[in-house]
Amino acid sequence: MKEQLEQIQKEALEKIAAAETMNELQEIRIAYLGKKGSLTAVLKGMGKLSKEERPIVGEAANNVRQSITASLEEKTAQLEEKMMEKQLEEESIDVTLPGRPVRVGGPHLLTSIVEEIEDLFIGMGYEVKEGPEVETDYFNFEALNLPKNHPARDMQDSFYITNEILLRTHTSPMQARTMLEYKGVKPVKMICPGKVYRRDTDDATHSHQFTQIEGLYVDKNVRMSDLKGTLSIFAKKMFGEDREIRLRPSYFPFTEPSVEMDISCKVCHGKGCNVCKGTGWIEILGAGMVHPKVLSMAGYDPEVYSGFAFGMGPERIAMLKYGIDDIRRFYTNDIRFLKQFHHA
Amino acid sequence: MLVSMNWLRKYVDLGDITPEELAEKITKSGIEVEGIEYVAGKPENVVVGYVASCEQHPNADKLKLCQVDVGDETLQIICGAPNVAKGQKVAVAKPGAVLPGGMKIKKVKLRGVESNGMICSLQELGFDEKFIPQDAAKGIFIFPEDTPVGESVIPLLNMDDAILELDVLANRSDALSMLGVAYEVAAILNKEVTLPDESVAFAEEKATDYISVNVDAHDLNPYYAAFMIKDVEIKPSPLWMQNYLMAAGVRPINNVVDITNFVLMEYGQPLHAFDYDRFGSKEILVRRARDGETMVTLDDQERKLTEEQLVITNGAEPTALAGVMGGANSEVHDGTKNVLLEAAYFDGASVRNTVKMTGLRSESSTRFEKGVDPNRVKNAGLRACHLLAKYAGGTVLANAAEFDQLDRSEKTVTVATEAVNERLGTNISDEEIGEILQRLRFPYTKDGSVFTVQVPTRRRDIEIFEDMLEEIARMYGYDKLPYTLPAGSSQAGGLTDEQQLKRKINQFLQGIGLMETRTYSLTNDDRIHLLLSPEVKEQNPVPVQLHMPMSEDHKYLRLSLLPEILASVSYNLARNQQDIAYYEIGSVFISDEEKLTKQPKEQLRLAGAITGKWVDQPWQQEVKKVDFYVVKGIVEGLSELLQVPVSFHQDKVDGMHPGRTALLKIGEKPVGFIGQVHPLLARKMDLKETYVFDINLEEVFTAYAKQLAYHSIPKYPSITRDIAFIMDKEVQAGAVLNYIESVGAPLVKQVRIFDVYEGENLPEGKKSVAYSLLFQDPEKTLKDDEVEERYKEIVEKVNGQFNTYVRS
Repeated sequence: MKEQLEQIQKEALEKIAAAETMNELQEIRIAYLGKKGSLTAVLKGMGKLSKEERPIVGEAANNVRQSITASLEEKTAQLEEKMMEKQLEEESIDVTLPGRPVRVGGPHLLTSIVEEIEDLFIGMGYEVKEGPEVETDYFNFEALNLPKNHPARDMQDSFYITNEILLRTHTSPMQARTMLEYKGVKPVKMICPGKVYRRDTDDATHSHQFTQIEGLYVDKNVRMSDLKGTLSIFAKKMFGEDREIRLRPSYFPFTEPSVEMDISCKVCHGKGCNVCKGTGWIEILGAGMVHPKVLSMAGYDPEVYSGFAFGMGPERIAMLKYGIDDIRRFYTNDIRFLKQFHHA
Repeated sequence: MLVSMNWLRKYVDLGDITPEELAEKITKSGIEVEGIEYVAGKPENVVVGYVASCEQHPNADKLKLCQVDVGDETLQIICGAPNVAKGQKVAVAKPGAVLPGGMKIKKVKLRGVESNGMICSLQELGFDEKFIPQDAAKGIFIFPEDTPVGESVIPLLNMDDAILELDVLANRSDALSMLGVAYEVAAILNKEVTLPDESVAFAEEKATDYISVNVDAHDLNPYYAAFMIKDVEIKPSPLWMQNYLMAAGVRPINNVVDITNFVLMEYGQPLHAFDYDRFGSKEILVRRARDGETMVTLDDQERKLTEEQLVITNGAEPTALAGVMGGANSEVHDGTKNVLLEAAYFDGASVRNTVKMTGLRSESSTRFEKGVDPNRVKNAGLRACHLLAKYAGGTVLANAAEFDQLDRSEKTVTVATEAVNERLGTNISDEEIGEILQRLRFPYTKDGSVFTVQVPTRRRDIEIFEDMLEEIARMYGYDKLPYTLPAGSSQAGGLTDEQQLKRKINQFLQGIGLMETRTYSLTNDDRIHLLLSPEVKEQNPVPVQLHMPMSEDHKYLRLSLLPEILASVSYNLARNQQDIAYYEIGSVFISDEEKLTKQPKEQLRLAGAITGKWVDQPWQQEVKKVDFYVVKGIVEGLSELLQVPVSFHQDKVDGMHPGRTALLKIGEKPVGFIGQVHPLLARKMDLKETYVFDINLEEVFTAYAKQLAYHSIPKYPSITRDIAFIMDKEVQAGAVLNYIESVGAPLVKQVRIFDVYEGENLPEGKKSVAYSLLFQDPEKTLKDDEVEERYKEIVEKVNGQFNTYVRS
């Protein structure tokens, strides 16, 4: 019987080794280990054996069973692996075909610039105020120390609707509005972005509508050096740490002293080139110490409070930052323009 | 203001500073130098020559053959200028010279005759044609007879002069004069100012015997002086004066006119010369014009006047618009003998009015508008008399006829060193402040650390402490101010809820593939009434119209964002960009007043337009055009994002497709609409099939519940039942859905439509809509029979309500 078992084992293992499909393996399993399998038949015949022979043959039969089972498992794993390899090979695709498009929208460049500036000043404790685009003459001019007949205000430059109502020519009216809101006691620290309008004919450098960001800081003991420090942080964050800033005297009716801020030219680093018209500097914004009349008209005692204000044009900043040559680009909404600033 | 450096040297010692260095210093101290220009090139080998003979060219009618003495030699030169003649002193470019335009002068043969140089016009030497004397513009330039032969023309014609282009802002009208600039530059360089010669040898005869001055409008004309200069000879002014005028951008005319212009530039004080013999009377009367009165100005235009204008009259009729332009009848001309010279102070606002009404803005009116120095008016007159005597051979009569109520007082401003440092954040000493005041030539007295400054009237811009603060700061140097940050109370900055929400909406829309746009708020007649949202239209808004629009295209404040967005879409289609998804957040302007008495309401809206393909993956056969449900999906997504329930109601809107438009509501409140632009309107606007949305964001903000509450995630499993109803085509699938939701509550948590079918196997006029119902009980696991019971109940109710039946 022992010989019989050895024979079965040898035969089975040979067949297993030769099997190429899972089906064959299954057949082999049935043929040897199944209810009617040859090994089972041997085991069934054990009853005829003597007491002494039985455990010996039983052990041998078990060994044969284990050996065949192990071999079957091993072969199964091998075949599965092979099948998987085959399947994966069949499933292979051309990765160079285009992917399913995900629609990509994006902000308008001006929004990106405005939000960048907003976030910068929010980080310094400023709040963001927005005001009406249609303003009263009082807030647009008079409250900013531009009384009627002031040479710096000209009907020709503003879009009036009536004698007292006009499209705001700057976002500066929010200076007075915010100060009034804070009733002459609370410190004011705000920026105001928004649309403004001037009576200009649209061309490459003029637009009857554009964007402005106003800033105002009013508190006790605000110094001009604070203005310089604040603007310097802004310029370096916005244009790069390597840029120098320069303040030079200027004139705005609502600030005194008034300044114009230049940054060193990115192209020539101050040596002088076409971009900066040979000066080495590029004008970026206007600013100054809030005029005492503006403070007192808005209910802040200029003997106690002082402050600074600044105003800048996001279009100009964008044009300088990206070398855009025509301000009308911001308003014609050519998709080929907008798409370039998805990621701005 | 164009400032000639050579002219400026007459008043301030500029040493050997370069134009660039000087420009930089001036800019940094307060007046921006916008550019530096040179009068002309600096050509070598161009000298003064004497035309010894001038004959006809033997072979050419229009050319002359000249022998020109250039000092060391005599050159034969062929010249085509019509005004060349024997005995003239002219500019000669010798062979080897290179003219500013790049032309190289060589010995050449012209029509067989040798020409050894060129007689030059001013244009050929690089002068701007609009500033050169009219005679000289037509041909070659002729030097005065006493000009030495052989000398380089560069200094003679002031060609080595650099012109600084100053951008003078409204407050610094003092710098609209050479003297004003001289004071500024002297302060910057710490130099002295040399004042011009105003000395006059008066005749014994008195001006007042010839003319009297009366002023009816003291407020508008507090000072008027009439000088009388007899027996002038009209001729060209001296070359140096012509040079300086040209450098300042003023065309030389004749000596009398040039002198008034020269003094205008020098003192910033406009003067006017009348021909006395044409003036028509011995009386000057300054008064307001009468309504309807007319006069012919120097430019031969008849002007209709009103009471708002100030005029100079001869007692009977106007002879000049005060401060703006003289009259044609009393103009100085070639035959003028006796000159009546006006030096006056006119009120700026009045001159501005006249300028506005006539459109005549000149160098003179600009200076009056900004205000002239009351202490320099008469001196300017004297300076002109000095020059008229010297260069026009005139006799200046004694005692100008004057009217004088002019306030010449100077303001005083007190400045304490401590206050200066407190405000600037600096450590400037008393001595430094004193030195700055000295440089500015502001007289002061000092008491401890407090300066009492007497501000000269030339600096009308300085009135209060802050003005002096700026003077001190700019002379000290803005670049020397330290960098500090405010030390005061700090507060948390940030965005308001609405600003944050706006950013959130932006991010959402951009994230799903829409591009943000910016369009103009001003629109035109065609677009103002287009595509108004019904709830805006219901308010019967009157478009807000500009008083003086710049163009027909930008005339009204918009009532809807859509027309301009659609115009942008159309712009792109015209450039072969077919797939566009645009949106904008911006205000519309709503008012019901015909004439505004208050600001219109500014309502923040969100609008967008989408056209072309929405999904574009052709190789996988997935290409999908934008349709109604794309736009609806966007609004639903927004509604989901903000947890603001928006409902959709089939409706009609002007300009929209009548069957593909829905009104949006939040609760019962209409807040906007979505749908397809009417094909006719689309065609008119050069659009293809285009879908739009327009929502009142303010209502969305109001409905937005920011307080987030946590709802526990359901513990018990849900059960889903699907059912298809067959219904009349006209029945709205959404209405059935809403009904199921309401009758199924609370067990039915969600109803979705997953299939819509019309056509084969269905009766005419019917459609099948399949719904998927999700049942869930938060308290326990639902049993099948419980669901089944509720499900049957719902089906029965729907069938009863909508006349439907279940598709088997």
